[in-house]
Amino acid sequence: MALALQTFSTVKDANAALKAAGTRYLGGGTLVVRAANEGDVSVSSLIRSTEPALSAITVSGGKVRIGASVTMAAIARHPDLASLAHAARAVGGPAIRNMATVGGNLFAPAPYGDFTVALLALDATVNIDDGELPIETFLAKRESNHAIITAVGFTFPADGFRFLKVSRIKPKGVSVLSIAAVLEQAPDGTVSSARIALGCMADRPMRATAAEKALLGRTLTSDGIAPTLAAAGDGTSPVTDPIASAWYRNEVLPVHLGRLLLG
Amino acid sequence: MAKVPVQFTLNGAEKAEFIDSGTTLLNALRDKIGDTSPKGGCHQGTCGACSVIIDGELRLSCLTLAETCNGAAITTTSGLSEGGVLHPLQRAFLDAFATQCGFCTSGMIMAAKVLLDHTPNPSRDEVVEALSGNICRCTGYEPIIQAVLTAARSNSQNAA
Repeated sequence: MALALQTFSTVKDANAALKAAGTRYLGGGTLVVRAANEGDVSVSSLIRSTEPALSAITVSGGKVRIGASVTMAAIARHPDLASLAHAARAVGGPAIRNMATVGGNLFAPAPYGDFTVALLALDATVNIDDGELPIETFLAKRESNHAIITAVGFTFPADGFRFLKVSRIKPKGVSVLSIAAVLEQAPDGTVSSARIALGCMADRPMRATAAEKALLGRTLTSDGIAPTLAAAGDGTSPVTDPIASAWYRNEVLPVHLGRLLLG
Repeated sequence: MAKVPVQFTLNGAEKAEFIDSGTTLLNALRDKIGDTSPKGGCHQGTCGACSVIIDGELRLSCLTLAETCNGAAITTTSGLSEGGVLHPLQRAFLDAFATQCGFCTSGMIMAAKVLLDHTPNPSRDEVVEALSGNICRCTGYEPIIQAVLTAARSNSQNAA
């Protein structure tokens, strides 16, 4: 394996080094080193930065900022992120969670990237050194991203964040699919706003916009969510892999979305 | 390619080596330092056979670059026995027939050790969760789970 690792103390210097051909940013290694071990020769040089801000979690006034190098394990055990813990624990086994980072998860292709599904439902922003992007904009063109992700930020909903991962092996298995939702309900119980994100239903996490629209003004009952479930598969193009076929994923999506909404 | 220096503590002993940049910790341990207790299974982060403990956390040595471990304290299964006396986990694995072909055993023991270090009296579910990143194709897992529970009991008896 002809790889060279370059370590920089600042993101700025690492970004400059990342402009060279054949370079890739190294986070926890669960994607990039895996690719190298598998024989991916497109990468000859790995770049990383040890800037402390990349490993920091700050929570203040409902605003959350998670540095890109923060691991899934660090999120899962953070006292202020308890309602996100099950989404972080959905990733890998214990060793993977000690390594896999938030920044890396943003790039994980289906069937991986469960935590990014949660971030998409939370309407997160993706921060780079000199600005930030809405997560949907970032995901749409993530292959062409050449700037180091420094953090993700979002406003924590008071409640109403739901997450579900379906896998065939318990407790740890690769996703058949994952669903995250952030719902707000009016005092009469009807849904006043909904963001629903799906994992494994395309090559990257996607919004279920038709299902979201169908949920507005409805109550979270079997009858109330029926139109939402009927619209759940609109716009999906699931992956077919050894875990499940695209057909199967489309068939079971409404079942699991129903469980998430009624649960 | 120029060699780079790495220096870390392995099972309590200082180690320093010159390695090729980009070498995984698994390859550095096995091929340069001679500790073959971490096994190279899938090299994809899926099987857990290469699990080691780095600064108290379970990690996969096949996906960790050795250079990122400078200054770290690394524990592998080969460092568990003391003076020829097996660690309670190793003893329990032998007694419970929790090892058949043995390829996953070292990684399983590392995952179990991290669990028992933090949770001395784990429930069965906690053991299953702790071992969930480690694959065994021989035992069906039940003897392994029982071995970890037995080791936990013998630890707590020794402590009492």
